[in-house]
Amino acid sequence: MKQKNDQFEVKVITGNEACAEGALAAGLRFFAGYPITPSSEIAEILSMRLPAVGGKFIQMEDEIGAMGAVIGASLVGSKAMTATSGPGFSLKQENLGYAAMAEVPCVVVNVMRGGPSTGLPTLPSQSDLMQARWGTHGDHPIIALCPHGVRETYDLTIRAFNLSEKYRVPVILLLDEIIGHVNEKVIFDKKEKFELWQRETPDVPPENYLPYKFTESDVPPMVSFGKGYRFHVTGLVHDETGFPTNNSEQIIKFLQRLNRKIDRYADDIIQVHEDSEEGAKIGLFAFGSTARSAKNAVNLAREKGVKINFIRPTVLWPFPQKHVARLADQCDCIIVPEMNLGQMAHEVEWASAGKTEVIKVNRIDGEPIRPSEILDAIMERV
Amino acid sequence: MLDYNKYLRQQKFPLIWCAGCGDGIVLKSMLRAIDKIGLSKDEICMVSGIGCSSRLTGYVDFNTLHTTHGRAIAFATGVKMAKPEMHVIVVTGDGDATAIGGNHYIHAARRNIDISVILFNNNIYGMTGGQVSPTTPIGSRASTAPFGNPENSFNISGLAEAAGASFVARGTVHDALILDKYIEKAIRKKGFSVVEVMTPCPTAYGRRNRIGDGVAMIKDLKEHSVSVRKASKMSEEELNDKVVTGILVDRERPEYTDNYNKLIERVKGSNS
Amino acid sequence: MKKDKKLPDIKINKEWCKGCAICVEFCPHDVLAMNGAYPEVVNLEACTACQLCDVRCPDFAITVNKNEQEETNEAKK
Ligand code: SF4
Ligand code: SF4
Ligand code: SF4
Repeated sequence: MKQKNDQFEVKVITGNEACAEGALAAGLRFFAGYPITPSSEIAEILSMRLPAVGGKFIQMEDEIGAMGAVIGASLVGSKAMTATSGPGFSLKQENLGYAAMAEVPCVVVNVMRGGPSTGLPTLPSQSDLMQARWGTHGDHPIIALCPHGVRETYDLTIRAFNLSEKYRVPVILLLDEIIGHVNEKVIFDKKEKFELWQRETPDVPPENYLPYKFTESDVPPMVSFGKGYRFHVTGLVHDETGFPTNNSEQIIKFLQRLNRKIDRYADDIIQVHEDSEEGAKIGLFAFGSTARSAKNAVNLAREKGVKINFIRPTVLWPFPQKHVARLADQCDCIIVPEMNLGQMAHEVEWASAGKTEVIKVNRIDGEPIRPSEILDAIMERV
Repeated sequence: MLDYNKYLRQQKFPLIWCAGCGDGIVLKSMLRAIDKIGLSKDEICMVSGIGCSSRLTGYVDFNTLHTTHGRAIAFATGVKMAKPEMHVIVVTGDGDATAIGGNHYIHAARRNIDISVILFNNNIYGMTGGQVSPTTPIGSRASTAPFGNPENSFNISGLAEAAGASFVARGTVHDALILDKYIEKAIRKKGFSVVEVMTPCPTAYGRRNRIGDGVAMIKDLKEHSVSVRKASKMSEEELNDKVVTGILVDRERPEYTDNYNKLIERVKGSNS
Repeated sequence: MKKDKKLPDIKINKEWCKGCAICVEFCPHDVLAMNGAYPEVVNLEACTACQLCDVRCPDFAITVNKNEQEETNEAKK
């Protein structure tokens, strides 16, 4: 459904559609995917839309291949993305690690469904949070974003591309089945200009180019294959030249930079929506579709005169540790509703370092957490 | 003879491979073919997987991409699709391409995407210490087949043919100059092409199977090679322990990136 | 005339050579022989500069220069 006028366009679309649109707005030119519920619409839309802008769509023979193709396309300069769900996300991990290691910008969408294994293919879940952080082996950098609505899915998809280009890192966009399939009215301001990042390119001639140079920013400039800068890309630990190394000093230098480049910019990357009240003693930490119920619960509680400090991160990795620590200082408890057995609650507990009690509200049956369930947890503390 | 040096990252030499390993012979053949065609180094993207032969990409001065185990063809598919003007050459081994990477291998052939695969077949997993591979002949010994391999082996050229490749050839390092021609044809071919090269792994295969060192293995290859023409007159039984060499497939089929570009034109045309 | 013919120039790069003996074994004219870990030229006169040793050396360690240039110059004289 569409309504148009000169400045605004009103559309009723799903999160999956918003993701595809956001990717195109960010300059997506290559998508490789594999059919999987509940993310398939993203591939379907892009198979239709990409050729019209001269972009490429390919349905690969499997999830692993799709992730590989995305990396290949990014290395020759295309903004590239893939989309999947739990079982497919498991298969992506191998090459996701490669993208982190070789510092190849790309976006991986995971429309979360119930797991483990084939799990609950058509039902929502938020249980791939730790997998998003640590699914691939080894110490590696990663960024994971998690929108709570359709419009935000659009915005965060653009942001995912920007962050991946800026930091040369794979960015994971965690939707869930609810966000992926819910229809919402979205207003697009046609005059709205989005800031679009492109990977920084080298300002030196090919003979002086070091593809993995240690620079002040910790993010080495990157040039696409085929531009006269011939270099080597490998998943082996490498030195500044890009070639494998077994030298202990080089290994340490490289791996520290690789991880530091995200750690040191955490403040730039992390975004948290804070809705706090002076003197509130109850903290609430919610994200993704669960944050919608949390918002409702906050409103209901406030109607009853209960003060709440509600924080809603749109970035889960790097984890918003400072925000949680602050919340822990202010509040007697932090309630963490999530559709899993407590993955984020665990992080919240760590970040609050024993200063506050962390209360879990969990659902794992493929049903969304209702506002009343969160409200109950709040009222129990009043 | 070609001065290979202009294509080599000489500072990375000597090569990592064992004495008598055939991989370097294939590398030279590839470079002669590339030189003959006259490709510039910038327009070549060489992609490899994991294994001994896949280390090749570290030694050549092209745009080189050393990927994950079995996935070279998948990465190469992304490179080729996003930048069709690039000459994409995949370097892979029998285990890499047809065990862990078998799915990408057959589907790239089915799509007939313009990628040239140089498949180093040494009948074994060399780098990991001689485990049985999909092309280890039945009865042969491997570190994971100590009583002889109980499995049947793949005809990996036949696999590419059946899956739809435009060009398939099989050669040996013994006849390295003929190999140049196959590789040249494979690179020139618009479509998915495979050159399966029989190459010795003395360390992990030859010694264990009492064939001997590199020299002995190359002699062995020579003795067991028969040309396609000769083979056509031989019985299946006679061919049992033979390596059939020559151009096995050379045909015209629609190529994938071409098809996709036409699709783009069509879609853009109907939109305007 | 034949006497004056310049002989091929065979170079062995010991830094890269691994002593596999492939060049020695497949030389059609027994020009090369192993001497310890490395091959050496033992019968240069027999060398036809066919370069098969170069073609099969896996380690880029042996090159044969035909000295063609000199030959043609010689012929012109
Ligand atoms: S293990 Fe075999 S294949 Fe690997 S380098 Fe040694 S001889 Fe070559
Ligand atoms: S073939 Fe090459 S590596 Fe082997 S012995 Fe001869 S020169 Fe050395
Ligand atoms: S060029 Fe030919 S004849 Fe001369 S040493 Fe090499 S293989 Fe032998």
